[in-house]
Amino acid sequence: MAEPAKTNENFEPRIVAFLCHWCTYTGADLAGTTRQQYPPNVRVVHLMCSGAIDVVYVLKALMDGADGVLIGGCHPGDCHYQSGNFKARRRVSILNKVLEQFGIPRDRVWLRWISASEGRKFAETIREITATVKDMGPAEFKAEWDV
Amino acid sequence: MERIGVFLCWCGANIASTVDVHQVVEWLRDVNGVAHAENYMYMCSDPGQELIKKAIREKNLTNVVVASCSPRMHEKTFRKAASLEGMNPYMVEIANVREQCSWVHQGDKDAATRKAFNIIMSTISKAKANNPLETIRVPITRRALVVGGGVAGMTAALELAEAGYYTALVERDDTLGGKMRRLSRTFPYHEDASAVIAPKIEELKANDNIKLYLRSDVTEVSGYVGNFQVTIETRPTEGEDGAPEVVTEEVGGIVLATGYDLYPVAAMSEYGGGKVPDVIDGLEFEELLKESLATGAPVKRPSDGKEVESVVFIQCSGSRDPEHHKPYCSRVCCLYTNKQATLLTQQNPGAKALISYMDIRTDCKLTEEYCQGNIEEKGLVYIRGRVSRLYREGDAVRVWTADTLTGEKLEIDADLVVLAMAIEPSVGAEQISKMFRAAVDTNGFLQESHIKLRPVESSTMGVYLAGAAQYPKDITDSVSQALATASKIQSMFASDELHQDPLVALVNPEVCAACGLCVPICPYGAREVDERARFSRVNEALCQGCGACVAICPNKACMLKNDTPMQVLNQIHTFLGKEEPAQ
Repeated sequence: MAEPAKTNENFEPRIVAFLCHWCTYTGADLAGTTRQQYPPNVRVVHLMCSGAIDVVYVLKALMDGADGVLIGGCHPGDCHYQSGNFKARRRVSILNKVLEQFGIPRDRVWLRWISASEGRKFAETIREITATVKDMGPAEFKAEWDV
Repeated sequence: MERIGVFLCWCGANIASTVDVHQVVEWLRDVNGVAHAENYMYMCSDPGQELIKKAIREKNLTNVVVASCSPRMHEKTFRKAASLEGMNPYMVEIANVREQCSWVHQGDKDAATRKAFNIIMSTISKAKANNPLETIRVPITRRALVVGGGVAGMTAALELAEAGYYTALVERDDTLGGKMRRLSRTFPYHEDASAVIAPKIEELKANDNIKLYLRSDVTEVSGYVGNFQVTIETRPTEGEDGAPEVVTEEVGGIVLATGYDLYPVAAMSEYGGGKVPDVIDGLEFEELLKESLATGAPVKRPSDGKEVESVVFIQCSGSRDPEHHKPYCSRVCCLYTNKQATLLTQQNPGAKALISYMDIRTDCKLTEEYCQGNIEEKGLVYIRGRVSRLYREGDAVRVWTADTLTGEKLEIDADLVVLAMAIEPSVGAEQISKMFRAAVDTNGFLQESHIKLRPVESSTMGVYLAGAAQYPKDITDSVSQALATASKIQSMFASDELHQDPLVALVNPEVCAACGLCVPICPYGAREVDERARFSRVNEALCQGCGACVAICPNKACMLKNDTPMQVLNQIHTFLGKEEPAQ
């Protein structure tokens, strides 16, 4: 089910990024060290490993009003904990299938492999996810009920 | 009620030129639970650290949040400073407002200021739920185990034994020396390989600190760094009956030196797949040379004992061929092929040596001079190109190739063809990897922890790698690496106990259902269900704090210390601008 187009020039998406300690978090640091510029729409949650990503974290972010979620881990074969990134890949793949059932397009939740030396790729990824989510418009599924 | 101190660093202009540090501090002063907030030019400087210590002292702070560079830079610095003032170091958290804020939003001071505040708020929400933690202390068994009795394993074992440590050396063969025993001479000085290794073998046998397990395999490994239990099975000598003898060794450190094998000629269908007579691999040619050097008789070919008059050596047989065989360079073949061709011309005067090559790599000490000298003095003929085909033609092996430097097609008849086969991990390396939880790379070689900075550490703490089991290497490099492993183990043995970061998994036994999902997902074997108490335990010495068990735990009985699911959820919540949820 496609979401209605709500492209809004003034819409500033909110993106939560879960980054693994050894690769993507360090890559995000390198983006800073090399002064790569990217939109300030992203907030980083540090995890030791992408394999520690819990679907509850992603759902919590979406329900609290995140318009996009990024999970960043080491490239296949490079996981500091041997296979955590594959655990993340399976989990995110299943999660995206479930989200689609609820009308949430899979483009809201991104999984990317970004190494500690890929500062530029990190910045590019943030620019890309921000632009994509901006085009999609605000997410509609945040929990908004009063009790 | 927590009393949090927040210290915002300017980092000179690095943060302060993009983040309005005064505005942020003003906002922070209104935050519930913040007992102190200030900014300073360089928090990591001595006066900066002094500010933190003073505030802890005077305002009786319970937590410290330093908003500065990445925690990868100065987390240790600030934790140390706080601990000097009596605060538990794990009550200190870092908010990354330089690498992940000021440096990446340089044109947008307003947004960067709000984002920095948001990052600090999120870090406060995490810090609030932190608990004081103590370093994990693990006792050490000062005994070592070496797997593999080749030159790497022998070197490591001898070094450890000479340092005074009991060392068990396990070798599956019934003799020591490994592949070196099959070699004729070594480059670049043409020393007799057996004569080089023989005194080492004697030294090793005579050393009281060494327990030798020949004809033996490791069948089971349990425990963790400093405290491994290794089961060793020894087969009866050939011809004797009886059950294998089983022994368990308790050791603190382990060296894996399981060596290499050659990629089989049978796998090279383009070179006859092992079915063309007189097409042999490099080690088989070493044995022919060895015999010739021992007896003084010329090298004879295997099929009919004919004295060899022409040999084609084919380098990169199976190496550097990602489409069909191995993608990597086997590193030693350029050198030993040059040596073999040289020794051939010495043993069989007048014999022609042709070497088919792609590139000649001479990256070890003295080997460039060695190879170049041999080419000039011995008249070795190097032909650049790849052999496309070889087959039996009458009495000879016919080799089709091309000289890519002249563009000429060539058909050469040789008495013997020697394939410098790719080096691959030894048979059984996969089981070794599984048993010791030492990860392997895409080519099956045991993988180092960090290719530059931790080249001899495996993925399991306390397990080290030496020799060609990690990557193809010559004797010199194998010995260097073996000495490094022995040194790593000795520095571990120099202390009474190991100190480890306490940021490991924790289980709430009242919530744990003992479902056991955490057991197989743990890459380190750190989880075990206590069947009597009906909950899953964490072995803190084994746990590396990755959080895989936390994610899989269905009822969140599992958590990482000071990084619990609730702390993660609070950070998300704060980021998205909601009220702090009630604990």
